Amino acid sequence: MSEREFNDDTVLVLAQGYRFQWEPAQNCNVLLYPEGMVKLNGGAGEIVKLISEKEQTVAEHIAELTAAFNGADLAEDVYSFLDEAYKNDWLRK
Amino acid sequence: MTGSENKTPDRAVGSIGSSIGHVRDQIRQPLWLLAELTYACPLQCPYCSNPMDFAKIKSELTTEEWLTVFRQAREMGATQLGLSGGEPLMRHDLPILIREARKMGFYTNLITSGVGMDAAKVAEFKEAGLDHIQVSFQASSEDLNNLIAGTDAFKHKIEMAKAVKANDYPMVLCFVTHRQNIEQVDEILDLCIELEADYVELATTQYYGWAMHNRDQLMPLKEQLVEAEAVAHRYQEEQKGKMKIYYVVPDYYEDRPKACMNGWGNVFLTVTPDGTALPCHAARELPGMTLPNVRDMSIDEIWNGSDDFNKYRGFDWMTEPCRSCDEKEKDFGGCRCQAYMLTGDASNTDPVCSKSPNRHLIDEAIAAGREEAAKPTVEQKALVFRNPKNSRIISAR
Repeated sequence: MSEREFNDDTVLVLAQGYRFQWEPAQNCNVLLYPEGMVKLNGGAGEIVKLISEKEQTVAEHIAELTAAFNGADLAEDVYSFLDEAYKNDWLRK
Repeated sequence: MTGSENKTPDRAVGSIGSSIGHVRDQIRQPLWLLAELTYACPLQCPYCSNPMDFAKIKSELTTEEWLTVFRQAREMGATQLGLSGGEPLMRHDLPILIREARKMGFYTNLITSGVGMDAAKVAEFKEAGLDHIQVSFQASSEDLNNLIAGTDAFKHKIEMAKAVKANDYPMVLCFVTHRQNIEQVDEILDLCIELEADYVELATTQYYGWAMHNRDQLMPLKEQLVEAEAVAHRYQEEQKGKMKIYYVVPDYYEDRPKACMNGWGNVFLTVTPDGTALPCHAARELPGMTLPNVRDMSIDEIWNGSDDFNKYRGFDWMTEPCRSCDEKEKDFGGCRCQAYMLTGDASNTDPVCSKSPNRHLIDEAIAAGREEAAKPTVEQKALVFRNPKNSRIISAR
């Protein structure tokens, strides 16, 4: 795996032109962007929802998600999603 | 409306994001609504994908009718709305349509030539909630030369480009390439750099509508494509991290067809200025279409129940070699309109496919383009421009 371009202290935001929303017809969270859409599964949806609502560091997101999910160790899952999202240009610093 | 290839809405569904399987037996909901608001257009691009007889169509949907269409499609799950034409800026109710569509939860895409656009309009659309503007450059070589030479039009583009940036839109530029301008790809890309584009789509002309009529004059030569591709790749390298350049090889030069519309009646729904609902913007030309109209039926009835939308859904309609082909789920047999225009039967394999017994038709079209290009300029067929006069003359034949 190549060197990660962000860390615990980075504030990640949705990339320009990206919009997060809940889609009742699809029963899932989605990311919309020019002429395209990404469907997010449950966990990915929770992470992006938080990013779209709060401008805070990766560590703060992880802490908040950990608290919301009864102290489960989510750091690795969150990072692995953020890696993919960043690589796909859905998020930027 | 350019002749460019449509992007598919769920192309970026990644492993992490994906909970959907590709269930072909089940009718999926429409995700993409392309609203061709009007056939009126200040331009006369000879590669336009609008129907040749557009001048016959007089009765445009009203604001209320469009909003009903938007609402019904949105309720079914459509997320992407393309506002296109003609030139959508010709509709005076455009700000209302944008505002209401955005309130419904659509991601709103304005697909425009930029002619008739100014800084005030860009700001007004932003305020109304427009998500994205794609500016299609009508780069015939003359236009392009004018642009590069620094005419008023060029200054206008620069000004508009600045307004797009100032309103925090990503700058998305689309150039339709063909034999007459493809050798200028480097100049096109230099212009994009100057305009500080974020995304550039070098869309190749697709042969429908007016472009089909002008095919011999537009068909690029193999060596032009090789050169253009090399130039595009060089700029892609140089602009990495700054400007994303999409370059697609024209399907005539491929040996497998495009997955047209991502499958018939699968994700795309086009509504034309007069309310005709189509599975793709060229499908009006196919024989035996019932052409359901949103004035008579709901989007739900049209999408799920109409003969037109069910005609080429799934795989049962296929003929050989598609029927037994292990790639049919990848490309859905290609484009129905292209199969019909070239072979006379819409259920045939798209002749672009090297497995098609009709592939020779594509090779002959490429050869005809070359033959035309080899003639002295004065003997070459003139491009027929898309305008109401030509539309009336041609459709009267």
